[in-house]
Amino acid sequence: MSTEKKEREPLFSAKNLRLIKEPLGANNPITVQVLGICSALAVTAKLKPAIVMSISVIVVLAVSNVIISLLRNGLPPRIRIIVQLVVIATMVILVDQVLKAFVYDVSKQLSVFVGLIITNCIIMGRLEAFAMGNKPWPAFLDGIGNALGYGIILVIVAFFRELLGSGTVFGLQIVPEGFYDFGYQNNGLMILPPMALITVGVIIWVQRYRNRELIEEN
Amino acid sequence: MYSNGYIFRYAAIMVIIAAALLSTAAMLLKPFQERNMAIEKMGGILSSAKIEGVEKEETINKFNEYVTEAIVVDQNGNVVESLTDGSKENGAAFKLNMKEQLYLKSKGEDFELPIYKVKNKGEVIYIFPLLGTGLWGPVWGNIALGNDLNTIVGVTFGHKAETPGLGAEITTDDFTEQFIGKQIFDSNNEFTSVMVVKGGVKILPQNQQIHGVDAISGGTITSNSVNDMLKDVLESYLPYIEKQK
Repeated sequence: MSTEKKEREPLFSAKNLRLIKEPLGANNPITVQVLGICSALAVTAKLKPAIVMSISVIVVLAVSNVIISLLRNGLPPRIRIIVQLVVIATMVILVDQVLKAFVYDVSKQLSVFVGLIITNCIIMGRLEAFAMGNKPWPAFLDGIGNALGYGIILVIVAFFRELLGSGTVFGLQIVPEGFYDFGYQNNGLMILPPMALITVGVIIWVQRYRNRELIEEN
Repeated sequence: MYSNGYIFRYAAIMVIIAAALLSTAAMLLKPFQERNMAIEKMGGILSSAKIEGVEKEETINKFNEYVTEAIVVDQNGNVVESLTDGSKENGAAFKLNMKEQLYLKSKGEDFELPIYKVKNKGEVIYIFPLLGTGLWGPVWGNIALGNDLNTIVGVTFGHKAETPGLGAEITTDDFTEQFIGKQIFDSNNEFTSVMVVKGGVKILPQNQQIHGVDAISGGTITSNSVNDMLKDVLESYLPYIEKQK
């Protein structure tokens, strides 16, 4: 008889690390899978709400992924979507309550968008595509990875929108006052959602220029 | 395959756990949330009286320092309760639920409303809290009148869920600063309120322009709600204002 124990996979094996790295680049939820665009347009006029939104999505996605992964064996397939929604909704309401209690200003700025995390397709997508078929630890990493991939794009977009639209970063004046004396103007268009879409478009362009594999055939 | 019984049991247990979790969290976090809301309300009252740059941590102290009197008045303008010392954030005026009171008013019953007297740079300012219905949810605000109880010193507005970029613009300085210097009584001492005019103040006759501000493009319904809120709620304060004049 073999006394050999089944070898445990190390926590950060190459396979597990890929779960975090891929969504940051070649499989980014926003720029490659084009999910979660809605909230990416809505909360990126300033950096602070964008970062709070990213952190909220990281928490919600990582925890929901783990919960669904733990439940996956006893979960009746016929009601799996409902169960996923209940888990997500519970998490989102918890996050919303915590934000209201401890960062009230930000929670007011995010207003309805926190509630809309429930409808963020990235979350449902990861639960259905990954957590339903994988162990809790990889599911946790997958959740962190995808939410980070989402958050990074949010922060990049918000950085440019705040800098060009309001001349500030994190609310601090960056563009020197002297510029305004020479006729420099903040670009009001950057504050509006359409410019977020164009900024995301530019990011997609840059990313595909650097990584030719992402370019579609036709 | 899972049996129907299993599915029902599964769903029931899941829902009970989720409900228990959420209600516990709501209960534990409520004191923090209520404190934030109280601070926001005080901030609104202070900034309508043009007391600016108050840090969030010191709002309660500043509120107690600047507000010299927190008053509750009834529908006939009689002072029911007046608090001049101590912590006004626990007083009857601050705790008064305006929604309930305005509901009583709509049914024709007796009601009470809060008023704050603030002293800023030696000037007495009267602050009247407002509450009304917007497009998607409630809108509220504070209107600060100078010592003549006619000229507006400042206003603040807030809203629950107006459309960002359109109706939600009522909270911006561009909108609220228009109110400064406007008057709510005309030269015959008739109450005119302040109209929020679609198409701009310039379409009003010259002598009316001091009673109007520009509405927000694309935010007509919210602008109208602000207009109605000012008219209806200020009207309820009229008996008190007449008595003070």
